[in-house]
Parts: sequence; structure tokens; C-alpha cells
Amino acid sequence: MGSRSSHAAIIPDVDNIRRETGFSQASLVRLHHRFQALDRNKKGYLSRMDLQQIGALAVNPLGDRIIDSFFPDGSQRLDFPGFVRVLAHFRPVEDEDPGIRDPKAPEPLNSRMNKLRFAFQLYDQDRDGKISRHEMLQVLRLMVGVQVTEEQLESIADRTVQEADEDGDGAVSFLEFTKSLEKMNIEQKMSIRILK
Amino acid sequence: MLRAALPLLGLPLAGAGAAETPTQEPRAPGEPPPGLALFRWQWHEVEAPYLVALWILVASLAKIVFHLSRKVTSLVPESCLLILLGLVLGGIVLAVAKKAEYQLEPGTFFLFLLPPIVLDSGYFMPSRLFFDNLGAILTYAVVGTLWNAFTTGTALWGLQQAGLVAPRVQAGLLDFLLFGSLISAVDPVAVLAVFEEVHVNETLFIIVFGESLLNDAVTVVLYKVCNSFVEMGSANVQVTDYLKGVAYLTAEMTSLSAILAVTMCGLGCKKYVEANISHKSRTAVKYTMKTLASCAETVIFMLLGISAVDSSKWAWDSGLVLGTLFFILFFRALGVVLQTWVLNQFRLVPLDKIDQVVMSYGGLRGAVAFALVILLDRTKVPAKDYFVATTIVVVFFTVIVQGLTIKPLVKWLKVKRSEHHKPTLNQELHEHTFDHILAAVEDVVGHHGYHYWRDRWEQFDKKYLSQLLMRRSAYRIRDQIWDVYYRLNIRDAISFVDQGGHVLSSTGLTLPSMPSRNSVAETSVTNLLRESGSGACLDLQVIDTVRSGRDREDAVMHHLLCGGLYKPRRRYKASCSRHFISEDAQERQDKEVFQQNMKRRLESFKSTKHNICITKSKLRPRKAGHRKKDGVANTETTNGKPPRDLGFQDTAAVVLTVESEEESDSSETEKEDDEGIIFVARATGEVLQEGKVSGSLEVCPSPRIIPPSPTCAEKELPWKSGQGDLAVYVSSETTKIVPVDMQTGWNQSISSLESLASPPCTQAPAITHLPPYPLVAEEPQTPLHQSYDTCSSFTFPPSLAKAGRSRSESSADIPQQQELQPLMGHEDPSHLSLGAAKPRWHIQFNRSGQL
Repeated sequence: MGSRSSHAAIIPDVDNIRRETGFSQASLVRLHHRFQALDRNKKGYLSRMDLQQIGALAVNPLGDRIIDSFFPDGSQRLDFPGFVRVLAHFRPVEDEDPGIRDPKAPEPLNSRMNKLRFAFQLYDQDRDGKISRHEMLQVLRLMVGVQVTEEQLESIADRTVQEADEDGDGAVSFLEFTKSLEKMNIEQKMSIRILK
Repeated sequence: MLRAALPLLGLPLAGAGAAETPTQEPRAPGEPPPGLALFRWQWHEVEAPYLVALWILVASLAKIVFHLSRKVTSLVPESCLLILLGLVLGGIVLAVAKKAEYQLEPGTFFLFLLPPIVLDSGYFMPSRLFFDNLGAILTYAVVGTLWNAFTTGTALWGLQQAGLVAPRVQAGLLDFLLFGSLISAVDPVAVLAVFEEVHVNETLFIIVFGESLLNDAVTVVLYKVCNSFVEMGSANVQVTDYLKGVAYLTAEMTSLSAILAVTMCGLGCKKYVEANISHKSRTAVKYTMKTLASCAETVIFMLLGISAVDSSKWAWDSGLVLGTLFFILFFRALGVVLQTWVLNQFRLVPLDKIDQVVMSYGGLRGAVAFALVILLDRTKVPAKDYFVATTIVVVFFTVIVQGLTIKPLVKWLKVKRSEHHKPTLNQELHEHTFDHILAAVEDVVGHHGYHYWRDRWEQFDKKYLSQLLMRRSAYRIRDQIWDVYYRLNIRDAISFVDQGGHVLSSTGLTLPSMPSRNSVAETSVTNLLRESGSGACLDLQVIDTVRSGRDREDAVMHHLLCGGLYKPRRRYKASCSRHFISEDAQERQDKEVFQQNMKRRLESFKSTKHNICITKSKLRPRKAGHRKKDGVANTETTNGKPPRDLGFQDTAAVVLTVESEEESDSSETEKEDDEGIIFVARATGEVLQEGKVSGSLEVCPSPRIIPPSPTCAEKELPWKSGQGDLAVYVSSETTKIVPVDMQTGWNQSISSLESLASPPCTQAPAITHLPPYPLVAEEPQTPLHQSYDTCSSFTFPPSLAKAGRSRSESSADIPQQQELQPLMGHEDPSHLSLGAAKPRWHIQFNRSGQL
């Protein structure tokens, strides 16, 4: 792997990335390695193809959507800062004193809200800020698999939307989404230990 | 507990009776027995089972008595009480028999008492949680136990070297190591008994409990190794033997101990066994396991108490006892702290100090240690008596003192308690999403961590294991999300019934399983109106129509009966199929269960869309008396039984018969007949119409009574076809008005189930018809009839019906429409059945009493 410091040096703009994402130097180096390994033609950015070639991702029911979330706004190129920014959502939350942080600073990427937002946009494919019944059904179809019939799926989707829907518009807004999960330990469930 | 014990008690008694007869017979032909040989003491023949039964009976009684006083059990763990009881009983036995009897035999313990408990705990172990924390559990179980055994043993030896242990205790380092290995095991039975009542948070519980389950394997192996060394004699032990010992240890560990195997069996069973057996068997398995485990646990603690009384096995040495007590506590705490420090380097959620305190303090010793110490060979281990006494003290101290104090300690330290919240579909779904997301992110990062392997395992499980181990039908419906959905439905149905059907109370409409909303008022009326927009009409006056308490009671009762009673015909069918295990037996079973639940639910969620037509036909809220009447009238059967005289039919009853001429329907009539009694009721209030009150009633009289007579209304009432057959009488007060979009969910879920079995039925045009005579035969069963007023009249102008129909299509435009619910509506296609060539009939009474 070579010496760490020399690797850290090749990462462009390393300090800004660190500040934004909160990753440690070692993590950044590791991620940069990974980034370069995924970038097959050494073109300096990742394309959708690069990510799609990760074997296990192809089997993941949400794989496509997760790849999409790496490419916001329809762009086709993913540079290293973008790559790290997405992964920063999954950095474990440290119990630092919130008072220490600059209140004006933007919310860190790994905050509860941002973790939830990441999950939410996987559902909300049309980006209208709401999970419609149709979108819920699509996700369910991906996840539940073949054992359950379409009608059963639909009834599950209906029920799921009804359950979370508080204002009666037949769709789940982000607020309703967070409310339906307020009892869940998101900080813990949406974190990966190695991404310190 | 008692119930479980009684049959067991009956067994030996019956055996005693049976044993008596054959022994007496052979004598009879020969010389007559001298004197009175009628009664004989057959004690030895029945001794073993009798004693077992007696123990269980005593234990059951004890448990019942303990639970009579809630105060005591809330303060003192049951295990303590049982041990104390055992002490008392042992004292009595000792005083009577002059020798201690009925002690805890290691063989009995390991072969009969421990396995049920371990299996039970394995079966009910939350597997997800267990595997999430597997690393920590294994560390504590293996490293922790080894640490405890060696440090305790060595420290005790040091104590002896220091002269603090009386020289009577003849033991060398190996003996102490042996003792350390047996005393170091945290006992699953004791831990479970205490922690089940403490309710600490799940992670903490699973770590302590998982450790106690798994470390038995380590303890037993360690014990065996040390024991073999001791038996060889310390002088003969060579260095190579230690190496052999290590090899043996490894071999034994990999071949797993029986306890571990049973745990894993329970863990593995759960998923695949449950999927393959019916709901009833599942319940049976569950309770059998719980009962067995509970019996075994009770007996273990009692026997522990009794065994302690036997002073012949004791030899007291204060230094040893106090030293052991101190060391096990100290080294357990030290071990926990050290291991946790290491583990926290790797854990996403570190275990904090409070967790560590509880973990150290929760290291209860129990029957495993006792059984192992009894197994020691006195000739090889001269200090056995001292060890026994020490073990008993340690066990009693940990179970009683620590067991008693751990609850206040947990409270005092403010340990995070386990919180019970109902699962919601959203949580379940999102949790799955999170799992997938994390697995995907690990893929992207290129780190094959826990999520990656779990994902792999799940795919493997889905692809191969489940297909291999589950029945096809079980596999099909085996999805966690679907499972939650199903359970939620059932729970809603149950709680709905529990509430006596009053779902639409003044507090508004809530699904019991839904998370409570912020404001009740918001949910109730305004929200409903907004949500429904068009579909549901909510008229508070209708709902609040004042009714006498008795009416309400009747309605509720009727409602409950309707929902709860098994349909006779169908049952017959089911019992038939029991003999032929058809392929879809399970399917049908599930369907039936589901259907029943859905029916109940649907009573509360009445879909507006199917009923809108009724509204047009001027169904209005009736007065209390009418409503009751409807309830009564609805009890008419469909099948060949003459409908009862309603008493008012001469004057005003209008019967609308609906004939379905479609051939497609014909095959389904038989099915309909299978439904047995069908209750139909539609009560619709249409408030806007100058406060008119009308009642409508639909019944399905037997076809042969009413001749088909198609009328012009037939074309206007296509909705009729599906209605009569299934509807359940519901008074409007028990009605819940639900927005259309919610109903669709229910309808779909029902129809999705139904559609498995029966094709959807086309809607038949309705025919109105007036049969005067079918009603004559009604038994005057309730006084309610009398209250029915006779002013009802036929009101079914075609124009109105037409209007109604158009309304149904654009229901949104009619705000004032008062709606009566289709209870089961025709969303249940299997019910929509018409016999071949048999016309189907619906009678509807429309009364506009107050016109």
C-alpha cells in the first residue's frame, strides 16, 4: 500500500474533502485506493459502468438505485469528492459535543437527517419530495421478490403508505418518513464501522 | 404450569392402577390370599414417575402461590423463591427421612432438565440480534470463560499458598484449576430466570444471555480436560500432556458440546419449522416448549435448594468460600472490562460503562456448576466436599443476592430498558432497505464486512436453503414484509373485536396498529372528510343517533357473533378436506384465517364505492328499533330455510331480488351455499333528503321460494349482484367510515387472497322483486320485531336508482351523500357465487318511514 502520507498527498484537495466529510486521513486513503481500483481505465472518474461491474451490487435489489444516488442530477461522471461525499452518509456518528460545532456550519453528512434523506431519495424516484403509492410499490416489488402476488404487494403498499401518511395526501413526505422511523436507531442502522 | 402438570400426574396414577391388577390376578386361581389383600402398597412400581409428577405438582403449586402475590414476585425473582422453597422442602425431607433424598443428579440434570431449557431459549432467541452481536458473544463466552477459569483457579491456589485456606483442604494447583473451570461458567438458567424479569435493553440481554448459553460448551470441555489431568495425578502430567490437552480442547470445541448443538438446533428450527407447520401447530410447539422449559427450570431450582440441605456432602472452609466469592466477582468484572475495551475498538455501538457493570454483575452461577461439582470423583479430588460447599454458597449467593439486587441496580444505574413498540410496516420495509443499502455500500467500498456476509447468506438462504427446507406453499408466503402485514391485519382485527366493534368512537378513527397521530381531532372528522374527498360521507348526526344502551349492546353482540361464528357449511367442507391432504390445504387454511380476519376488519372499513348505489336506492339511517330489526332479519339463512316472518312485510316491505343470469356466476352459487348463513345488512343514512329515514335490508332467501322476476330496475342495479351474499349486519354506530383510498387497500388484499381460489365474478344485473311469502315463516324470536314500525314502504323509483348509479361514478361531487357500508362487499369474490341455473336472490327492504 505504500506510505500513507504519500498517498494522502495525491488526493486532490484533500483538506477540503476531509472537512466536508469528516473522514479520517486513513479512511480517505483507503477510499481513494478503492476509487482507483474501480476506475478501470484510469480516466480519473467513475462511470455508471464501473459501479455496475461490482458483482454483488448487481444482485442487490436496490443496487441500481444506489448507483443512481452516486450520480446526482443525471451526471455521468463521479469524481473522488463526489464518491466520498456519498459514502460519508454512512460514517458512524461520533458523540461529539454538539456545542463545539460551529452552529453556522452545515449539518454533517452523517447526521441522522442526512442518512434518512439518503434512504428517502432511494424511494422517491421522481424527486418530488414524496413517496407515492406507486413508488412504494416499486420498491416493494424489488425487495419482496416473487413469492408474493402483485395484488398482495399492492395491498402492502397501500397499507404502508396509509400507515405513514399523516396529512392524507396519499403519499409519504420526508417529514412523514422521518416520523415513521423516529423510534429506530438510524444512527446505528445506517452506519458502517470501517468508514470512520 | 398446573395444567401441564396434571396430565403428568395422572400418568403415574393410572399406571398404579394398571400395575395393581396384574399382580393380583395370578394369585387368585391358586390359594386365596390370606386375610385382606385388597390393598397393597405398590410403591416401588410407581415410584419414579410418581415422584416426577409429585415434584412437578409441587413446583406448579409453588409457582401459582408465588404469583398470587404480585408484590413478592415483582421484588424477588422466582428463582430465589424456588431455591428457598427447595431449602424448606429439603429440610422437611431431611427431618422425616433422616437422610437427604431427591437431590439434583447430574445425569438427570444434563439429560432431562437442561435440554428443554436450552432448546427453548435457542428457539426463542431473536436470531437477528444474536448474529448481530455474535462477535461480542463469542468473545465473552470463550475468552471470558477461559480467563475466569484460569484466574480464579490460580488465585485460589495462591490463597492456599498464602495460608489463608485451611490445610484441611487438600488440593493442588490442578484441583483449583478444575474448580475454577467449573465455577466460572455463567449459568443460562439462572441468567434467563433473572434477566427475563429485569428487561434490560436487547443488546445487553443478548450478550449476557448468549454468553451464558455458549460458554457452557467451553466450561464443560475445560472441566473435562482438567478432570483428566487431575485423575492422572499432577505428578504424572508431562509438558506434552498439556499440549495434548490443548489439542483435546480444540477438538472438543469444534465438535461442539451438546448444549451448543441444542441451542443451534433451536435457532435453526425456528425459521424453517415455523414456516412448514400450520398456525395451530406453531402455537402448540411454542407452548409445549415453554411449558417444558418452565417445568425444568422450576424443578432445577427446587432441587438445588433441596440438595444444599444434605450436610453429609459439605465441608466448610471460610477462607475458601469467601475467597472464591471474591475472586469470581472480581475476575468477572476485570475480564468484562478488559474484553469490552478490546471489543469496543471494533464495535459500531460501544458498550458503555453501565453495560459493563450489568454484565459483570449478571454473571450468575447456577445448576451447571453444581452438577459438575457433584460429578467430581472424591477419591481423585480429596477436596471435593469443600468444593461442593463452596459451589453451593456461590450459586446461592449469585442467584439470591445478585438476583435480588440486580433489578434495583438496573433501575438505579438507569440502564436503557428494552422498549416495546409495535412493528409497523414502514419500519419493517425501511429496515430491509437499510440492510440492502449497507450491503451495497460495503460493496462499493470494497470491504467485505458483516453486512456483506449477511446479504450473501440471505441470498443463499433464499435460493437454496429455503427452497430445500420449506414447503412450496410455505415458502411462497414467507416474506418478512408480508408477514408483518399479515400480523398487523390480525392484530387490528383482534383489537377491533376487543373494543366491541366501537371503532368509530368520539375519539375518531384510528387503526389500532398505526402509530398514534398527533392530534386525535385532526384524524377524526376533518381529516376523514379531506381524505375521502368524495368517497365517504361522514355525517355526525347519523353516527351519533341516540340509541339506547340495550340497542347498542344487541348490535355489538350480533356483530361479534357474526364475526366470530364459524360458518357451518364451510366447516363441513374443511373437515372433509382434512382427510384428503390436498396440495392447497395450507393455502386454504391460511385463506380462511385471513378471510375471517378481513371480514372483521371490513366491518369497520366499509368501502364506499361499492355501496354508493345503495345510497341512491334511498337507504337511510333507521331508528334504533329498525336497526335491531334488521339484525334479526338478517339472521335468515340462505340455504333452503324459509326466511322468517318479519312482521312488516304486508305493509311495506319491498323486496328486491337480484338475479344474476350470467352463466359465469352459476358455478359459484354452490360456493355461496357453502358459506352457510350469510348476514347482509346495509344501513345507509342519507341525511340530506329532508331527514327521511329509511331502512334497507338485504337478505338472500332461498332461491326456490322466490321466483325470478326481472324488472326494469335490474339494469339499474348492477351493484346488487355482489352485495347480498356477504354483507354482515352492522349497525351504523359500529361502522367506521373510511376514505376510499384506504379501503382499496383492504379490498385488494382480500381480493388478492380470494382470487387465488376463485375467479372474480362478474356483476350481475339486479332485479327488484317483491316476494310476500318468504317472510311469513320467520320465527318470532325476539321482541325487537314488535318495535319495528310498519310504515315502511317501497321506495325505489328508477330515476333515483339511475341517479344513484351516476353518483357512484362521480361520487366526489356529492358531498351530502350518506353512505352505508358494504361490510364485506363483493370484494370477496369467492362468496359471489351463483349456482348453475340457480338464480340468486336479494331481497331488499326499503322503507322510508318518515317520508
